[in-house]
Amino acid sequence: MADRPLLELEGITKRFPGVVANDDVHFELAKGEVHALLGENGAGKSTLMNILYGLYHPDEGEIRLNGETVRIDSPSRAIDLGIGMVHQHFMLIPVMTVAENIVLATEPHKGPFIDIAGAEKRVRELSEQFGLAVRPEARVESISVGQQQRAEILKALYRGAQILILDEPTAVLTPQEARELFDIIESLKAEGKSIVFITHKLNEVLEVADRITVLRRGKTIETVPREGATEQGLATLMVGREVLLRVDKPPAHPGDPVLSVTDLEVDDERGLPAVRGVSLEVRAGEIVGLAGVDGNGQSELVDAIAGLRKVRAGRIVVAGKDVAGASARESLDAGVGHIPEDRHLRGLVLDFTLAENLSLHDYRTAPESRFGWLYPRKMVAKARRILKEFDVRGGGPETPAASLSGGNQQKVVVAREVSRDPAILLAGQPTRGLDVGAIEFVHRRLVTERDEGRAILLVSFELEEVLSLSDRILVMFEGRIVGEYSPDVTEEELGIAMTGGGREQEAAA
Amino acid sequence: MTERERRPPETPGPAENAPDPEDAPRSFTESVGAWFGTAVGGIAIPVASTVLAFLVGGLVVAATGHNPLGAYKAIFEGTGLNPLSYISEDDRRGAWADLQQTLIIFTPLVLTAIAVAFAFRCGMFNIGGQGQYLVGVYAAVLVGTSLSGTPSFLHILIAIGASILAGVIWGGIAGILKATVGAHEVITTIMLNWIAIYGGQYLFELGGPLQGAQESIPRSDPVMDAVHLPAFPLSTGLQPLHIGVLVSIAALVVYTLLLNRTTLGYEVRAVGFNPEAARYGGISVGRSYFLALAIAGAFAGLAGSLDMLGWKYTVATNDIQISAVGFTGIAVALLGRNKAVGIFLAALLFAALQTGTSARQLDPAVFPPELAIHLSTLIQALIILFVATELLIVYIWGARKRLGFGGPARVQPELKA
Repeated sequence: MADRPLLELEGITKRFPGVVANDDVHFELAKGEVHALLGENGAGKSTLMNILYGLYHPDEGEIRLNGETVRIDSPSRAIDLGIGMVHQHFMLIPVMTVAENIVLATEPHKGPFIDIAGAEKRVRELSEQFGLAVRPEARVESISVGQQQRAEILKALYRGAQILILDEPTAVLTPQEARELFDIIESLKAEGKSIVFITHKLNEVLEVADRITVLRRGKTIETVPREGATEQGLATLMVGREVLLRVDKPPAHPGDPVLSVTDLEVDDERGLPAVRGVSLEVRAGEIVGLAGVDGNGQSELVDAIAGLRKVRAGRIVVAGKDVAGASARESLDAGVGHIPEDRHLRGLVLDFTLAENLSLHDYRTAPESRFGWLYPRKMVAKARRILKEFDVRGGGPETPAASLSGGNQQKVVVAREVSRDPAILLAGQPTRGLDVGAIEFVHRRLVTERDEGRAILLVSFELEEVLSLSDRILVMFEGRIVGEYSPDVTEEELGIAMTGGGREQEAAA
Repeated sequence: MTERERRPPETPGPAENAPDPEDAPRSFTESVGAWFGTAVGGIAIPVASTVLAFLVGGLVVAATGHNPLGAYKAIFEGTGLNPLSYISEDDRRGAWADLQQTLIIFTPLVLTAIAVAFAFRCGMFNIGGQGQYLVGVYAAVLVGTSLSGTPSFLHILIAIGASILAGVIWGGIAGILKATVGAHEVITTIMLNWIAIYGGQYLFELGGPLQGAQESIPRSDPVMDAVHLPAFPLSTGLQPLHIGVLVSIAALVVYTLLLNRTTLGYEVRAVGFNPEAARYGGISVGRSYFLALAIAGAFAGLAGSLDMLGWKYTVATNDIQISAVGFTGIAVALLGRNKAVGIFLAALLFAALQTGTSARQLDPAVFPPELAIHLSTLIQALIILFVATELLIVYIWGARKRLGFGGPARVQPELKA
């Protein structure tokens, strides 16, 4: 590392109405360094990088590049200074090719025409130089998310970026794609590029970063070298207290089957088969993890069990009752609890109060209502009890759900589903978008529920979550269950099965 | 987790992995959304819109060469709402008559506004108040001109029940279409309006099946005296004030209770806010759509019978053509923000405007009534325009602040330099 940092952010403060997003933040980046910016959701990571990229202007503080104070008032200024950013949501035009996207706004010309061949050639050179395998002439809409990300990185490099900001780059990737991204980062580093890697995932930090700066509540907590850093130590810095990272769980004592699905077939919105003959069983007192890349029929399977989607064929038996083709209400009554994948779309009525949300399934029965007449006070009393039990913060029974933080909203959903005492609990991505502290809460609660004899079907795209929570793991690929594993399987093995590699294994079995 | 308490409301949306919500600057829509959240049920925009509409209306009055303040004062005097009019013995009689007139107009406006508001709380825009009101009128006339010999009280109940049922059917058709085939309620209710208008035309035109005994007039027979609503004349001028005004106020109470204190209301509100979450919660979304529109129709249908049994007694094809009470109800609901108190005040305002600007009440020397009628329409239209464009007003307001008006003067240092 060079003596003088390439980039210094000094005393950056940025206030938004009611919030100090960055409070006297310090951050530096050396040439050829991968520097991770670690923090929970809302810690101020993205604000800081958006300031660096010229999207926001700091209220206080200064930015020095090679020791000279610079004013970055727009992204184009940032690009001129050699700063490139890969946003989490890609800024690519789907109908154009990779090369066209990359040269957009800086197209090479041959007379009055755009020199596409020249652009493709230049892109190919760059992609070979940095090991970013992507075909320049491919249309963006036809390539995978991982390849689109590479196109974004190439775009930044094409514009001469020396500093690359990667905003939560692994959030959209499969484990294999993430691996490849880490290799790319290594080769970028070898070519002398400096990289800021924004994340809230501890394992990634330890894998790629040279140094790690932890932000918490808008403040710089500490900058530590990778050597000697541990997940536990980082988590404590991030959250501000000791966090239990590994789920501590005693062995399961599975009882009788509570949910059994036989030869289930379900269509997606477009009427195409999404679940193609799935059979599975979840017993009381066990957590069955359903692993798979998003879009392989997991959501449709869960929706069908919850009575939210039509069943084309097959049986779904919950606690002895066939609920295939039943309505949502019938499924609820049969004993299905459901933490939906998307709490904003489904899990909560954001304009309702917490009390109303907590009664979403039970508003029709006593004591919440009698003969169609609601008793709001009973709803509030119940809500007060549940909110206390589940330690939901940021509001009382009469607070609108919309004004809670994501973590607390999820607690409300979990609390509602669990407190109905369902026979089977469907947990769809129960920790999506949550940070370490809230994840810990949800995980512990699921294990507690299991230990008390509840059957749980967990769907998650986070392999680590599936591995640490499940007692059995089923892998779903293209609408089928392609393998069953015990939780001591490696991430690699699961990853291969998730992308279809495990099919031969099943065929052989 | 305590550090998360200070977080501002998270913006709703599926993007859980998106950049930290509070890190993002609040976009225009977000800040307006947040403002809107605190202002729903608030009175800032409706009041500001009304004041602004009267100001613009005043400019128009001035442009015609009249004194705006004088004109507004004269209009106000004609509404019967000025307490000072009740002091002197001479004025009192006229004031009572004006107030009576205002309240008679107020009654159906409240009900057709509820018809809009109730559907709106279920996430639907019921444009069909007019049609639902008209079928209520026809049903009341049909019952009111037949069943002779029925005891008066019973006859009234049957007539009102028939009107409500007609409204339920008219709204319910749109509801069923929405619930089953997803036909948009705006389209279907507009079509049902026309069916009601032309249906009425057919029923009461010359030679129509329900045309009255006077063969030369396209009009129904008047309803029998037995079905006339009891009235408590405040004054003997014109129509006596019928008890429908009390019914409409009771309807506001029923509306509020139905929405907030019943499981049906809970379902309607859940569907209105978030149909997906409602479905997930076990609520039948289609059933809620149907019930919300059917109930909305009931309120509008009721308005039809109160008008018929209360003071009109008969319906002519002309009345069907020019009636707009259902459409004004949309405006009332909009201005009243779908809240009972808001609807009450907005209906009173619109009714008072209509009474105050009518030829009988207004002194031609101060402001010609033929202009005043248009002024009333103009002001109503402007109010709605301003309420509907409130987002724009909020935006302009915000832009003003950003430019430094009202904040600390930022231009100052530059002036020095």
